[in-house]
Amino acid sequence: MSDDIESQGWTRAPAGPTAGTGARREPHHFRRLFAMWFVVSLAGDLVWWFVVGPHVPPGTMTTQARGAQFDFNVLFLASWVVVSGVCIYLGYAFYQWRASRGGPDPVGGPAASSNVRVQTIWITTTTLIVIAAFIFGTVQLILPQGAGGGEGPDPIWKPTSDKVLPIQVIAQQWKFTYRYPTFGGMETSTLVIPADTWIAFHVTSIDVIHDFWAYQLGVKADANPDVDDVAYVHTSGQLGSFTVRCDELCGIWHGAMFDYGKVVTKTQFMAWGSRTERANADNTKYLPPFAWTYVPTANTTTGVTADTSGQAPYSRIEKYGATPAKKTVTSPKTTSSTFTTT
Amino acid sequence: MTVDVAEPEAAHAGAVPPPGRAATGRPAWLGQHLGTAVLAGVGGYAFGHYLGNLIASGYVRVVTAAWNDVAIVLGLLFGILGWLAGIGAFNYALAKLAGREPVHADDPPNWTKYFRYSVEHKTVGMQYLIMVLIFFFTAGLLAMGIRTELLSPTTHIYGPGTYIEIVGEHGTMMMMMASSLVVGPLGNWLVPIMIGSRRMAFPRVEASSFWCFSAGYIVILSALALGGFPTGWTGYAPLQNQGSAGMDSYLLGFGIVGAGMILAGFNIFATIVAYRAPGLTWGRLPVFVWGMVTTSFLLTLATPTLVVAIYFGILDRTAFTELYVNAHGGSSYLWENLFWFFGHPEVYIMALPGFGIVAEIIPVFTGKPLFAYRIAAAGMVGVGLLSFFVWQHHLFMSGINPDMRPLFMLTTELISIPTGFVYLVGLGTLYKAKIRFEPPMLFCLAMYFNFLIGGITGVFQSDVPVDVTVHGSFFVLAHFHYTILGGLVFAFFGGVYYWTPKLTGRTLNRKLSIWHFWTMFIFFNLTFFPMFLIGLFDQPRRVFEYASDLTTLNDFASVSAFCLGASFIIFIVNFVWSIWIDPKRAPANPWGSKGLEWQTPTPVPPYNFERIPVVYADPYHYGEADAPPVADLEPANLAFASAASNGHRAAPVVADAD
Ligand SMILES: [Cu+2]
Repeated sequence: MSDDIESQGWTRAPAGPTAGTGARREPHHFRRLFAMWFVVSLAGDLVWWFVVGPHVPPGTMTTQARGAQFDFNVLFLASWVVVSGVCIYLGYAFYQWRASRGGPDPVGGPAASSNVRVQTIWITTTTLIVIAAFIFGTVQLILPQGAGGGEGPDPIWKPTSDKVLPIQVIAQQWKFTYRYPTFGGMETSTLVIPADTWIAFHVTSIDVIHDFWAYQLGVKADANPDVDDVAYVHTSGQLGSFTVRCDELCGIWHGAMFDYGKVVTKTQFMAWGSRTERANADNTKYLPPFAWTYVPTANTTTGVTADTSGQAPYSRIEKYGATPAKKTVTSPKTTSSTFTTT
Repeated sequence: MTVDVAEPEAAHAGAVPPPGRAATGRPAWLGQHLGTAVLAGVGGYAFGHYLGNLIASGYVRVVTAAWNDVAIVLGLLFGILGWLAGIGAFNYALAKLAGREPVHADDPPNWTKYFRYSVEHKTVGMQYLIMVLIFFFTAGLLAMGIRTELLSPTTHIYGPGTYIEIVGEHGTMMMMMASSLVVGPLGNWLVPIMIGSRRMAFPRVEASSFWCFSAGYIVILSALALGGFPTGWTGYAPLQNQGSAGMDSYLLGFGIVGAGMILAGFNIFATIVAYRAPGLTWGRLPVFVWGMVTTSFLLTLATPTLVVAIYFGILDRTAFTELYVNAHGGSSYLWENLFWFFGHPEVYIMALPGFGIVAEIIPVFTGKPLFAYRIAAAGMVGVGLLSFFVWQHHLFMSGINPDMRPLFMLTTELISIPTGFVYLVGLGTLYKAKIRFEPPMLFCLAMYFNFLIGGITGVFQSDVPVDVTVHGSFFVLAHFHYTILGGLVFAFFGGVYYWTPKLTGRTLNRKLSIWHFWTMFIFFNLTFFPMFLIGLFDQPRRVFEYASDLTTLNDFASVSAFCLGASFIIFIVNFVWSIWIDPKRAPANPWGSKGLEWQTPTPVPPYNFERIPVVYADPYHYGEADAPPVADLEPANLAFASAASNGHRAAPVVADAD
């Protein structure tokens, strides 16, 4: 009787089979549990993967969004296996071993107090799952160049493409402004980006901490004053609008700090860019020169803006700010003017 | 009521205070009590405010501000000092300083002891119990306010300023409450009894921890009168520097509660290390005490970081040090790092006590020994240690050094291994058990379900690509409500139902207890599960307005939240009815527990034990016909006691069968 536990075998998800031979007159708990768990976890995973998974946020508007969706779905599959295992075990235990059922009194002693095999399997399995989750997460972080998260002023995962469109996101209480250094340093209140393009969002703030969350793009980067927080995305061919929200509490109108952006074709984007640059030129000249962080007081009455006439709209070499401006602006980033090729 | 007891010579060095002499023959309302504390607190505030205006008038941070932060900060500071002085927290130290012998008074034998500076751990435990419930229900009402506002995306009940005040108050009060929820009431009340000690290591430290904690309640509520604070419970700077006078209440309130947390943790840690009865080896320690010792470790070592962060915040707001302002040599990341360096151990300060409670209670209602005792202890120690190495996972999107991201992803996921131990222990104990679904057991089993959801969604957030979507959204909000409310608070109520017969000698109504359980469990899940979806559908936390297509989900969560709130009315009615209005005497050991605390008489006399008991075994030898007694409460002589503690008597310790 004392070796009952071992001979019965044990299970909880996600441990593998540990069945022994059944004892007399006792139902074979392990086989029952395993069967239920196998069916429920497999059915749930299949439904999730094929029915729900493709619709999981943030969708597939960028490579990074697609990666986040993939990660979510993979984690869901694994989690469902664990959750269904634990819940099935709990439900089974409540039914099978409830006192009101009048079963035999439990047997204590060393055999009921520990079981080296079960403990070893449990610890090994959870450790393997954790290591797998870590490797998976790291690969999924590095492969899509930082997975759309803000990498700070010195990004380590960068696109290798030669055509990166830089856009500065300036957060303030309680709105976002977007600045396009390669279009004369113009500022707009709508974010328009081209499809099929690497985009570098340079997120900064002029007051408190905000967070630039382009939901469908799978981008999230905190906006700290005097900090250039860079996040990269690669837009897919998918066109349409996306939501931008502030995702860090920034005061009373935090919830109202949102707007909508648009992904358009490259041709449409170039047309929109040069049109807006021309239309805004009168205002742009009163803006402070482009710099990696944005300090409103750097504005001058004369107005000097970056001369980007010779500048390609897409470039790996991010060199837009007028040189004097960089000196007037405090930036924690000293090596930001050039990205070295890897 | 005092009991004249013989002190065993060698068991504990360090004298128990001499059996009390009633302070004097004065009437109770003279002396020092809650009333004098309030008076001195108000006086202290007035004095500090006056002083602040005197030394810093015209020296205001915001030129147009109608208040002077120096005056507010000094007012609150002197208010807190006045409160502590008024209750008598400094009497002992001041008497020693003056070279006089301090007067020690035992608790008066009536209810007035609960309104005094008591150094009796059971009195402090009860004071804490009432105070955490006051915290919990106040902050719970504020949560009802939040859910009411979120019934509609654009129609408003209050202005955005009031809303953010309510959100901040709710979060901060709940965090203050949750960090002391179990350690305060159950830890202080039970730990000395469970370890066979007649006292706490530092009774005055313990008492002062409570009076700091209760001062925090008043100070954090004062924010409402001072315009609130706009930052939520996380207090991020530089928004913090922008906040109006209510921000000072946040800083001082959290600071004084933090001081109380350090003191409480320090005392309990030292007590468990130094005051265990003979024979109570680490391998026989009740798992609840393992939960307390690990929690105290975190309280003592993590909270100082919070206090430092708060100190910097106060300096920024009063002396213009600009420690959190990037442009002037400070850093907005400094608060984030300091806060979360405290904040993540804090998360486990709010989980470990729950683990301890469920592991303590489940064996009693299964009639089986605790499965894998060593794994349970190792799990709690592992969680406690790892919790210091995960804080940057709150900052994955913040722009701090991205090199750190994989490391913090790893440490965060690693912590699910020791957390999983708690599941192994629980599920293993249920195997072939005889489960009695009594109210305490129901809450503990529900904790296993809720914390499973809460823990697994935590793994999602540790994965950086997924965190890009869920960070800062309602998904995170749902996650931590599942771990704190679903985990800790469920376990706490399990503990309350389990130990109330011991604490009060009264029986709670079983039917009402079960009603409380089912309403709380169902509406908790109906409230917070939809919030995972709300978050995935891009609703950020702490918003005043939200997308109209999320109205249905938000309304569903709100209505469920109101029902969840109502479920606590059942608890209050049950508690008040069963303890004060129609008290029914509880049996000495209603659940058939083997725990040492149930072997003592009810009510437990002052100084708990006539003689220091000698412990023979862990209290989980259920289902054994010839189980050894857990302890000898009347050890015949000390030679025998020391023999037992050296293991000369058969005293099975839980060992891995191999
Ligand atoms: Cu914002």
